[in-house]
Amino acid sequence: MIRSITRQKSMEEIERLLGDYSRVFIIGCGTCVTLCCTGGLPEVLQMKEKLEVANRLVIGYLVLPVACDEITQEALAVNQSAISEAQVLLIMTCAFGVQTVARRLERAVIPALDTLFIGKERGLGEFHEVCSQCGICIIGETGGICPVTTCHKGLVNGPCGGTREGKCEIDPQKDCAWTLIYQRLENLGKLDLMRRYQGPRNHQVAPRPGVFFVPQEERSI
Amino acid sequence: MAASFKETLASGKFIVTSEVGPPKGTNLEKMIHHIALLKDCVAAINLTDHQSSVMRYPSLGAALLVKEQGGEPILQMTCRDRNRLALQADLLFAYSRGIRNVLCLTGDSIVVGDHKEARGVFDLDSSQLLAAIRLLEKGKDLGGNELDGTVSFCAGAIVTPEANPLEPQLIKFEKKIEAGAEFIQTQAIYDLDKFRDFMSYARQFPVKILAGIILLTSAPMARYMNKNVPGVRVPQELIDEMAAAPKGSALGKGIEIAGRMIREIKEERICDGVHIMAIGKEEVVPEILKEAGL
Repeated sequence: MIRSITRQKSMEEIERLLGDYSRVFIIGCGTCVTLCCTGGLPEVLQMKEKLEVANRLVIGYLVLPVACDEITQEALAVNQSAISEAQVLLIMTCAFGVQTVARRLERAVIPALDTLFIGKERGLGEFHEVCSQCGICIIGETGGICPVTTCHKGLVNGPCGGTREGKCEIDPQKDCAWTLIYQRLENLGKLDLMRRYQGPRNHQVAPRPGVFFVPQEERSI
Repeated sequence: MAASFKETLASGKFIVTSEVGPPKGTNLEKMIHHIALLKDCVAAINLTDHQSSVMRYPSLGAALLVKEQGGEPILQMTCRDRNRLALQADLLFAYSRGIRNVLCLTGDSIVVGDHKEARGVFDLDSSQLLAAIRLLEKGKDLGGNELDGTVSFCAGAIVTPEANPLEPQLIKFEKKIEAGAEFIQTQAIYDLDKFRDFMSYARQFPVKILAGIILLTSAPMARYMNKNVPGVRVPQELIDEMAAAPKGSALGKGIEIAGRMIREIKEERICDGVHIMAIGKEEVVPEILKEAGL
């Protein structure tokens, strides 16, 4: 399952963003931010306490099951009266969730988290970015390891000169993507794939912001 | 008129290049002094491009200064700070102003430098930049458009023979040659046995190889490089040799070591020449050459 990986903003920044608003409604999410321990029920309750200590009135709180889902609209409707008493919604979800709520309600929204990347949970509490959704997938030639994402510089033709002991020049803990790719291709007897010159990438496969429509006749649902 | 770098490469002579780091600011006095000191004792002078991702006076401007002073510049171009439009434009500009040598580099990571929050570009990599040069020479840009007036460069690249694991570097090295590299300046070499092994493999390719020599100035500097400079590894014996130098004579010891290595490389003809990186101590390069018997 892919996850939206988040980190809580500092309380100083949250306080600055809240500014003059004194009546706050907090929204968390039961999915990615719960796994990241940044916006699940425990974090929402901690936030409530911190805001109360800072003399803000927490009108209520809510942990949506999946903040980025359409069902969010119904959950917000159920809590409409409490939400309408608040001046601001402090949203402890990833930016998808914040934007979902913002689109549904004419209320000031403030994100309590920064959204870092779309990642995969490899172990308990351990998340790795494995895909940058760049639009042209070359992992068929790199042993299923994405250099665009896994290499710090996104190099597609092999390692830079900074790799040492198979680690990245920016972090001795981080594996060099091209060492991993080399080892994988060598095991597969496919090093010829690494010798192939990859031309300059097309960065405009899906110009940002991405919009995609499934043609009517191809829709199965 | 002095020989062009391309002619020097073809001459079969032992080649010596060195480099100058542009200043952080607009005071060019020291760089002009270093260029004056080096231009007649080396075949060409590299101009580093925001070395270690530290913002400085541009390599392009520094290469023009070398030209103006009658030296032979090698313009270093990294892919870190410019996209393919800017890189190609800079190549057109460089050529129009008489710069004929380019060293293509991917570039160190932004986060090792002094603007850690900047965005690294890496729109192209070093092998793609080499291929772009060869394409411009054919009168086309990377967009497939025709140029009104083309370029012609002696293009080079680098390799890190002391990398571990080495094999992925060697594949990249071959790709750079296929993409059009005519000369290779290596990352710092300190272990000549390892370098001999590298050269016995590299000899099969039609490319001139200059061994990178970084001047050691003190034992702590050597340790610092091991810790912080990507792709550089100073063996413990050399660090010990530096540390054993009497107080105040560490630089002299570093000059001696660099001279000794160059002499050995030249006498054995291990490769085609050396590239001396004195990193701020350019004034001692003539002493290194003297020590090396050049």
